[in-house]
Order: sequence, then C-alpha cells, then structure tokens
Amino acid sequence: MTQVVLFNVFNGLIVGAFYALMALGLSLILNLSGVINFAHGGFLALGAYLAFTLIPYVGFWGALIVAPLLTAALGLVVERLLIRPLYGGDPLYGLLLTFGLAYIFEDMTRFIWGAQSLPFQVPAWLTTSLSSQFFFITGYRVFMMVIGAAAVGGLFAVLNYTRLGMRIRAGTRDLDTVSTLGVNVRVLRSLNFGIGIYMAGLAGVLAAGLLGLSPTIGASLIMPSFVAIIVGGLGSLLGTLIGGLMIGVASGLAAVFFPSATEAVMYVMMGLVLLIRPRGLLGEEGRVH
Amino acid sequence: MSAARARAFDAAVLILLLFMPFWMGAIGGYTELASRIVVMGLAAMSLNFLLGFTGTLSFGHAAYFGLGAYGAAMAIKYLDLGTIPAIALGAVVATLAAMVIGALIVRRRGVYFAMVTIAFGQVFYFLAFRWNSVTGGDDGLTGWHRLPIDLGFAQLDIFGNDKAFYYFALAVFAVCAGAMAILIDSPFGRSLIAIRENERRARFLGVPVEFHIWLSFVISCLFVSVAGALYALLNNFTDPRALRFDLSGNLVIMAVLGGMRSFWGPLIGAAIFVALQDYVSSHTENWMSVIGLVFVLVVRFFPRGVLGMLRSGAKA
Repeated sequence: MTQVVLFNVFNGLIVGAFYALMALGLSLILNLSGVINFAHGGFLALGAYLAFTLIPYVGFWGALIVAPLLTAALGLVVERLLIRPLYGGDPLYGLLLTFGLAYIFEDMTRFIWGAQSLPFQVPAWLTTSLSSQFFFITGYRVFMMVIGAAAVGGLFAVLNYTRLGMRIRAGTRDLDTVSTLGVNVRVLRSLNFGIGIYMAGLAGVLAAGLLGLSPTIGASLIMPSFVAIIVGGLGSLLGTLIGGLMIGVASGLAAVFFPSATEAVMYVMMGLVLLIRPRGLLGEEGRVH
Repeated sequence: MSAARARAFDAAVLILLLFMPFWMGAIGGYTELASRIVVMGLAAMSLNFLLGFTGTLSFGHAAYFGLGAYGAAMAIKYLDLGTIPAIALGAVVATLAAMVIGALIVRRRGVYFAMVTIAFGQVFYFLAFRWNSVTGGDDGLTGWHRLPIDLGFAQLDIFGNDKAFYYFALAVFAVCAGAMAILIDSPFGRSLIAIRENERRARFLGVPVEFHIWLSFVISCLFVSVAGALYALLNNFTDPRALRFDLSGNLVIMAVLGGMRSFWGPLIGAAIFVALQDYVSSHTENWMSVIGLVFVLVVRFFPRGVLGMLRSGAKA
C-alpha cells in the first residue's frame, strides 16, 4: 500500500510539474498583457511534434534544445501579427482569438502528423528503472523532474536577477509607469510572450517522452493549468508553481483512494480556495477583483 | 435604431423563424438544421443576457447547457417523464448548480471571471465522462428518445415529424426569448446595463451589484439549460461533448459574430455559425481550422458583429 501511495504521489508530482510549466507560461502572459492564451496547449503540442520530427536529424538532446526555441519563435510571430493589436482592449477578444488559434493548432497538428498517436524515442539509458523496489522511479522521470526544476529555476533567476526580468515584474504591477520610464513596452510584451511559449514548448518535449504524442496532448493539460493559476493566486508565479504541484499530487492521491474523482478533485480544491481564500494561496489582496 | 425600425426588425425576424422549415429547403438546408439554429440561437441569446447586457464574460456556459441536456435525457430514460416535465427537470438541475457556482465566482471580474467559469465548466464534463453507469460515459446516453406531447385535445408528434419538433422548439424559444426581452426592459434589466456601462457608478446609485450579477448569471444559465434540453431532444442523444469547453467558446463566438449589443444578434450569429459548421464539416476534414479561422477573422475584422456593423452603417 505504501508503495502504491508513493507511486501515485510521485506520478502526481510529475503531472503537477507539467501543469506548473504550462501554467507559469500562461501566468506570465496573463499578468503582463492581460491575455488568457487558450492556444497555450497548441504550442505545447507543437513543441512535442517538432521534437519528434527533429530527433532523426539532431538527436534527442538537440531536439530538447531546438524544439522549444522554434516553438517560441512561432509564438513571437503569432504575438506580433495577431495578439498585439488586442492589448488593452476587452479581454473577451484575446480569449476568443486564442481559442480560435487552439482549434487551428490542433487541426494542423492532426493534418501534418496524423491523428493516431506516435511513439517518441528517448535515449535508452533514461528508460531503465533506478530502483528495484520503487520500480516507478525510472531515469526518464527523474530526468524530467531535473529539467523541469532547472527551467523553473532559470525562469525565476531571469525574473529576479536580470534587467529584463525586473522590467517584466515592474510591468506586471504598473505597465504605464514602466512605459513612462522609457522601456519599450511592445518589445517587453513580445519577449515575455516568447518566454511563456518557450516554457510550453519545453513542457511539450518532456511530456511527449512520458505520454507519447497525440494531437490533443495540449488540450488535456490546459484546464488543469487554469486551475493551478486560480488555486495559486492570480499575479503570483510562485503561487502558480505551488498550485500546479498541489493539484498534481492531489489527483495522484485521488487515483489511489477514489479513482473516479481523479480529475474532479482539483476542481473541488479550486472551489474551496475560492470559498475560503478567494484571492488564491499567494495572490495579493486587491490586485485582482 | 428608432422604435419603429426596431419593431419592423422584430417582425421580420419572427416571420423568418415562423417559415424557416419552408425556406430552409430552398437554400439547401433541411428541417433539422433549422431546429438546430433555433436551439443554438436560444443558447447564444441566453449567454448574451450575461455577456452583452451585463458585461460579464462567462466562458463556461456549456456546463449548464449540458446539465440541461443530461437532466432532460435522464428524466426521460430513468423517470419516464413526459417531454415538458423533462425539460423542466433539466432546467431545475442546471439552475441549482448555477446558483451554487455563481455564489462562488460573483466577486471576480473580467479575465478572472472568465477563467473561473472556464475551469468550473469542466467539472461536469468529467462527471459525465467518468460516471459511466448513469451517464453512459464517453459513449453518451442512448436508449431513449423524445416522446409525442399530449396537448389534451390533440397529440403533437414531435418524435415522428421533424416539422412538429421544429415548431415545438420554436414555441419554447419564443417563451424564453420573450421572458428575456421583458427582463431586459424591466428596471432590473436596466440596472444590469448600468453595471455593464459603469459598475462603480451603479454601485454608488445603490444597485446591489454582486446580487444582480449573480441573478443575471443564474437567469442566463436557466435559459441556456432549456436550450441544452432541447438539444438533447433534437438529437435523441447526449454525450459529454454537450458539456465541454469548446461548446462554451462556440456560444461566445456566436454572440460576438451576430452582435452582442443587440437582442437578436446572437440568434443571427448562431444561424451563421451552425450553417457554416454544417456546410464545412461535410466538405472538408479540416473543418476545425475553418472554424478557428472564423474566430480569428471575427476578432480582427468584425469585433462588433453583423448587427453592430449594420447599426453603425445606418448611423453614418
């Protein structure tokens, strides 16, 4: 029993790490630009499929580096052409536009790579189990946690210790003042969007190694990411991270004791948070209504 | 629009609706498509009660649409209820859910409100998806069909006769649309518009803003669940897709496409969207891309919708 529980907690942490990677990107874009990027799951899927296509040419490690960058580059193009004109307007339009993009992404992924799921090769030495007692701790899962943690650490380092990060944080609080101080807000928003999409692309490559490839891989991760942001508190990236891991572990545990509630448990948590602490775990009072 | 022109427009819409099964065939449609337009039109208009007339962005209305659908379907399958009690039961279930969830989210605004409604919308999807024994899970709820309605003096065979079902749906639509029109014209409806235009000012004038938004949410969900129940009856079937978030998005685009500042706008948007979806999905496998493109084009080029554009054209 202990082993089953540990297995599911571990699994929950990994799934939660995906939610967190995805939700952090969403959160970055939402906080600075006020756009809910519904196409985030589409970018995740794109990262995964690009890696699949690139592996024969550049190998797994090359793909791990190149695929998220390519995804981010496409994200920059989309931001420049379609999303930028909507900044400052009714949030309804950003939501609708990215919702339409999500349809297009899913359909194009299906069109280019086919509807059936595809196998995704990871280096053989990563697939072995590290412990005979805890069979579920495979090299790839540990590797994923390490890369995920590195990405999150890198993101927080950029935000806290670089000029760009400082401007993003300042812009999240008061974009007008940042603009008045001479920062090019357009470029800032673009870069911020690119970072968010990079995180989605990276999550896509990692997810492909664990779950395999299917055109709906991103769509299944987007809802939990919303929940992670709400539970963690709008406006707080640390909250988003904790929220993602928490709901991952909670659904992992639910899978042991009450399997049919695996998905529902995170929504119950969200309901409780909204009831008891409406601004979310680490959300700041008064920042959002 | 002047009052006289508005009346003329209302009359034109009603006449078009009244004869839709007859002119539908002439432009390559069929009666079931007409019924679908009326049902989705009602859903989009109900959403717009909240979106266009209260200014609150719900992106999770599929949940209540689907609750209405499952409520009605299960009432017929398990409780042997007649058509109208089944619709009523579906609406009651959905409205109760909306009352509870509405109370949790009513203080959120803007993007945050949208995000919370999206997330809550998925709860019922997973419920329908997982609770196999009762809901039929992913395969949907089958093994039932709509029943003829006994009017006392005559029987309306909505099961065997397509047109009979259309007129039944239209009658339900008319009752709901009429009720919404009366509500919008009432002092309550005016206070909703005041909230949309300037929430702070409405609050200073003594409008209980949170309570009114909650009530608007519940009313909107009530009518959308009636549309959901009709949708299940139309298909003699319902499945978890009636609850999924893509339907929520589709309802919002219908409202925006037709014009969310006008009463009939969402109906016109629904007609265009449903007809287009029907046409495109029978002509190309990549219909999802076409639908996605509609979203992008509407947002970039017609953000005020068909009626919004006509109206500004008339002014200029």
